[in-house]
Amino acid sequence: MTRTVRLVVFGAGAAVVGILGVLAILVLPAFGGPAHAYRDAAVPAAVAHGTSNAVSSINFDLRGLDTFGEETIFLTSVVVIAVVLRSASDETEQRKKSAGRPLDSTVFGGLLFFPIILIVGLDVVTHGHLTPGGGFQGGVILGTGIHLLYVAGTYRLLERVRPVRPFEWSEAIGAGAFACLGISGLLLGASFLANVIPVGSFGTLFSAGTVPLLNGVVGVEVASGVVVLLSKFFEQAITVRPAHRRAAKTDDKSSSPRER
Amino acid sequence: MSHYAYFVAGWLIVIGALGIVRSRNLVQAIVCLAVAQSGTYVLLLSVGYQWGAAPPLFSEPATKPTLHVVDPLVQAMTLTDIVVSATVTSMLLAIAIQIHKRTGSIDPDELDALRG
Repeated sequence: MTRTVRLVVFGAGAAVVGILGVLAILVLPAFGGPAHAYRDAAVPAAVAHGTSNAVSSINFDLRGLDTFGEETIFLTSVVVIAVVLRSASDETEQRKKSAGRPLDSTVFGGLLFFPIILIVGLDVVTHGHLTPGGGFQGGVILGTGIHLLYVAGTYRLLERVRPVRPFEWSEAIGAGAFACLGISGLLLGASFLANVIPVGSFGTLFSAGTVPLLNGVVGVEVASGVVVLLSKFFEQAITVRPAHRRAAKTDDKSSSPRER
Repeated sequence: MSHYAYFVAGWLIVIGALGIVRSRNLVQAIVCLAVAQSGTYVLLLSVGYQWGAAPPLFSEPATKPTLHVVDPLVQAMTLTDIVVSATVTSMLLAIAIQIHKRTGSIDPDELDALRG
């Protein structure tokens, strides 16, 4: 299919979708209106479970099973990337001797912000049930914040501070702990991921029952997952060298006939 | 115009799809997919918006919680959406790296040969 044909096909499809979309949007309730049925149901339920941040209550309490699925998607994608980006048998790992030095101002900024970013990440994870934030957001801040060591230092420094193996373990432990908290809800309460811990006093750090615990384990899992994921991309960009360029290589040894 | 936000969402989805169709670079196609997905964030958030409403956070001990807040459910769904989008983007980028290693090209138009 040539580019012109492809664009024409896309244009026809986009025109149909566009016309139907405009017709559908025009009969939607007006933007910013007062009718929000889900809000009216979710907010009292969140407050009844002692959670200040209604979004966290929905994610980790009212719709906890969905977040379990979401977290499993994240775990699976990290595993998939580790498999797709593993070193092939004819690739070698190399390390450049001297990678150069970053600018002094970059080093200064990195060292200044490294502790700040870690503290911000921990704060976002631990207060996810009170203020905007939570395990996913804080985990990403923590996982990427560690890589300031690469920006401000060297790849070797990053490798020394961040051995990948323990992060692989902690990612699995985080995901397993989420499942264990869910099963404890099944054993002690009514259902999987039921909020079985006393919800405490509203608006304090120790409130909302299982929500801060789930935020914590998700934070551990996401931070570790981001570290593992980025380490695979770093390996591809920095250490892995393909043995030789194979312009048209058939992957398997049986060299099956090509189809066109 | 009262439906402006919905049209922005629809526009982002269509323009992202157009970017994928016209792309000559797999990385650019992946970024275009992320643009299209961000249209769904705009759609979800605009569905839940209410003029003059507060964020769905309740700081004081709730004697009688106000319902005059924006919809927290669609915000939670947006969070799920963002996580899924990030995982999809990272997986596609990993595949693009391998495609480049195997074929030496990241132009989708040059990747038309099926290999058995």
